[in-house]
Amino acid sequence: MSQFSETQMAEFKRLVSRYPEGKQKSALLPVLHLAQNSFGGWLSEKTLDYVAELLNITPIEVYEVATFYSMYNLKPVGKYMFEVCQTGPCMISGSDNIIQYIQDKLGIKPGETTPDGLFTLKTVECLGACGYAPMMQLGKTYREHLTKDKVDAIIAECKSIAAE
Amino acid sequence: MGVKLLLEKAHVEGIRTYAVYRKEGGYRSVEKALQQMGPEAIVEEVKKSGLRGRGGAGFPAGMKWSFIAKPEGVPRHLVCNADESEPGTFKDRYLMENIPHLLIEGLIVASFALGSNDTYIYIRGEYAWIVDILETAIEEAKANGFLGKNILGSGFDCNIHVQRGAGAYICGEETALIESLEGKRGNPRIKPPFPAIQGLWQRPTVVNNVETLAAVVPIINMGGEEYAKIGVGRSTGTKLISACGNINKPGVYEIDMTISVEEFIYADEYCGGIANGKRLKACIPGGSSVPILPANLLLKTAKGETRYMNYESLSDGGFATGSMMGSGGFIVLDEDQCIVKNTYTLARFYRHESCGQCSPCREGTGWMEKILYKIEMGKGRKSDIDLLWDIQRKIEGNTICPLGDAAAWPVAAAIRHFRDEFEWHVLNQDQAQKRNYGLAHYAEPIYVPAG
Amino acid sequence: MSEQPLLKVTIDNITIEVPAGTTILHAARKIGGEVAPPAMCYYSKLEGSGGKCRTCLVEVSKGSEKDPRPMPKLVASCRTTVMDGMEVKNITSEKVIDARNGVVEFLLLNHPLDCPVCDQAGECHLQDLSYNHGKAGTRYEFQRRTFKKHNLGEHIQLHMTRCILCYRCVFTADQLTKKREHGVLDRGDHAEIATFIEKNLDNEFIGNVIDVCPVGALTDKTFRFKNRVWFLKPMDAHRNCPTCSGKVTLWNRGEEVFRVTARKDQWGEVEDWICNTCRFETKNASDWVIEGPRMIDRHSVISQGHYAGNIGTHVPTETFEAVNHGRQPQLLMDIHDVSKVNKPGSSLAKLKGPAHSKDFNNNQD
Repeated sequence: MSQFSETQMAEFKRLVSRYPEGKQKSALLPVLHLAQNSFGGWLSEKTLDYVAELLNITPIEVYEVATFYSMYNLKPVGKYMFEVCQTGPCMISGSDNIIQYIQDKLGIKPGETTPDGLFTLKTVECLGACGYAPMMQLGKTYREHLTKDKVDAIIAECKSIAAE
Repeated sequence: MGVKLLLEKAHVEGIRTYAVYRKEGGYRSVEKALQQMGPEAIVEEVKKSGLRGRGGAGFPAGMKWSFIAKPEGVPRHLVCNADESEPGTFKDRYLMENIPHLLIEGLIVASFALGSNDTYIYIRGEYAWIVDILETAIEEAKANGFLGKNILGSGFDCNIHVQRGAGAYICGEETALIESLEGKRGNPRIKPPFPAIQGLWQRPTVVNNVETLAAVVPIINMGGEEYAKIGVGRSTGTKLISACGNINKPGVYEIDMTISVEEFIYADEYCGGIANGKRLKACIPGGSSVPILPANLLLKTAKGETRYMNYESLSDGGFATGSMMGSGGFIVLDEDQCIVKNTYTLARFYRHESCGQCSPCREGTGWMEKILYKIEMGKGRKSDIDLLWDIQRKIEGNTICPLGDAAAWPVAAAIRHFRDEFEWHVLNQDQAQKRNYGLAHYAEPIYVPAG
Repeated sequence: MSEQPLLKVTIDNITIEVPAGTTILHAARKIGGEVAPPAMCYYSKLEGSGGKCRTCLVEVSKGSEKDPRPMPKLVASCRTTVMDGMEVKNITSEKVIDARNGVVEFLLLNHPLDCPVCDQAGECHLQDLSYNHGKAGTRYEFQRRTFKKHNLGEHIQLHMTRCILCYRCVFTADQLTKKREHGVLDRGDHAEIATFIEKNLDNEFIGNVIDVCPVGALTDKTFRFKNRVWFLKPMDAHRNCPTCSGKVTLWNRGEEVFRVTARKDQWGEVEDWICNTCRFETKNASDWVIEGPRMIDRHSVISQGHYAGNIGTHVPTETFEAVNHGRQPQLLMDIHDVSKVNKPGSSLAKLKGPAHSKDFNNNQD
């Protein structure tokens, strides 16, 4: 079973230390982010149980939270996840075309991962970048003012990083 | 050029760093507040300023602060609501990204006023890179004696922690935010008790929006009375508006609430007019949950008066002919946009974001989405429009938290003002699949700039 | 010690005095069943419950003597405490009836309506609620929600499609058992009661989730499809149980014990929690000391709306009809419009023995 490395454990301790004694459960959301980043971009059942053990709470408390929030992936995802916003302001700025273009380009539908495990396409609801629409989240940052050319460039960029 | 209190220095080279921010006059309000004023005086000053909560509800901030309970021996907390998730709203992100120290400065002053030794910033999980920006700013403030123990020799200790959410619009509701901060599902609490009495870990808590807390800085620096002189009526100070949609210059603008909606849309200083030479069809002036207004009612009130960008004027006419300032998310739709589709995507958003706790919201949001999808796909009937109206009416006001209202209002307003477009959709189903309805039936919506 | 001051509250024109801290719902229950709002999620014995289903919404037409302003929105009566001089409208308020009809429609929207094969039928609170408020048809024309099936072990059957997400079973597991193993997963309209990783629920006292469930989402597997509740004779019984009070209701047919439940009060709430052994594994009549027939106010379709009995010391003498211009309480849909047999005079409570068709004939005009 995967466990946190020493640096990850130090980060875990820093997160827990921000809350009063006995309120360590408050660290659950940040710790789940840490676990997701540490163990391949998703949270397995084992990981969830591990987090419950670390925080000394019952597993169901972790399951309830992990299934509530949309950023936690409970199934394996591709190395690069294109999370394209499709809510009102992005829609009126042409996000439908961008989503369609990515689908055609990668040959996958929203919610699917390419066979090589490199890309996952996900349609999401408002990410707070309405003025820079259409946009998507890729890893830790946003890619904004998307055009077909930009999408091509992003895909090429991901492929070249993966090839290294 | 209007007055700028928050973003005046936002574009100074290197303003993200402590050194530049300090050189530009940063952290003066902390010095003034902690060394010359007491907590009560600060609350008084904020009350005098007339500052209203910038998160959407517009509740007077000073009054909210004065409600906080102060039981002996129980710690109190200030929580900054940076869970900006209302479609159309991205002003807090802009502020935190560009001038993070302004928020930290406001937080220190507010923490001192409320007696919060551990203050939390709850930021939406997707703004991951901003967490780093804020944590760096906090470290810098600490290294320079503005955070930590005995700040500026005042005896006041304060630490600020940044907590990331994980994708849930509902956590922008203050009690859901508190639940989430406690490591739970973001289910809003049933009120009372209010957070000011029992909030985070059952301790007295104040939750304020990013912009509200940043506005504390100019209020302390210039005095509440001076601040209140900016703006008009009960809309005091400046407001950040995030403009998006079919305009030439989407972005975040700081306005002093005396400008007209017309000026805001067409002036080069702000939105710069409708993109691609199109005509204005409609606008959602305060974030996706507030009522959409057709061009005629947006630029003028029902009484024929000019509509201004402030709390009172935007809500003039109530929901029948007006809208709301909300969170300042200004979404502009041009003549090529389909109101049905726009309403559908918003209904889908609210269905996706309902926590599922109370029945009207859990079931009603999904039902509205399905009917709107049906109409959008050319399968609707005329009776579906009345059904939608009845559903939204039964959700509104009957839910635990305002998400129910937020889901009901856009549907209600779209039907109220654009019923002809809905009917066209269900009566001309083939046409509706091929083209958009265009402008609505109302009197000449084409804007001709004066002069 | 000074005596606690009593607060005066008026509900549907009936006035009662209650101690400070009493909720509107409890004040209404104290007056009597006729004005008590229905509660699908609130459970007085479970801390933190209530506020979610919105069926108990009432209109506060006068806030208090001090601040007579009405409350702007309908409030959840289960979580709103009374103020002195407060005036509340329950079924005398058009707004309340309208909103409650809406809530009932929402609760039924994705409900499978599989009452004919549901073990809860006959004692189901959603059935009662629909009967009183619902419309005969539905305006929902989409596919109803379904869920992946979860197995909770040999004692408890979960039918997620019937669930109304009242959270009572979650509070029960939190407050009665050592470790909660099920909870509410996911969110919004696909939120569900589940264990996430397939798990048997067998903590001592977990069986009580069956009794608190207002619908047929959690039922007793040892009683599954064995009988309809209205064919069974409820008997109070007890035994010397090392774990719980041992005070139960047996549901018998002849000598045979079909199921064991906790004893429930007139609001359908458990009086004493019982252990799993009593509930699931003690099904011989000889295991029990029979006390006598259980007087049951069946809050159910089979004897709708005839609550009786006192729960406070002082109960107002006014009747709902007397102070509301002869209007009949409870029947908001008025079944008499559509049914030939259920004439207003035909009350099951007034019958001496089991009901036969001629009983209804006698009551007909």
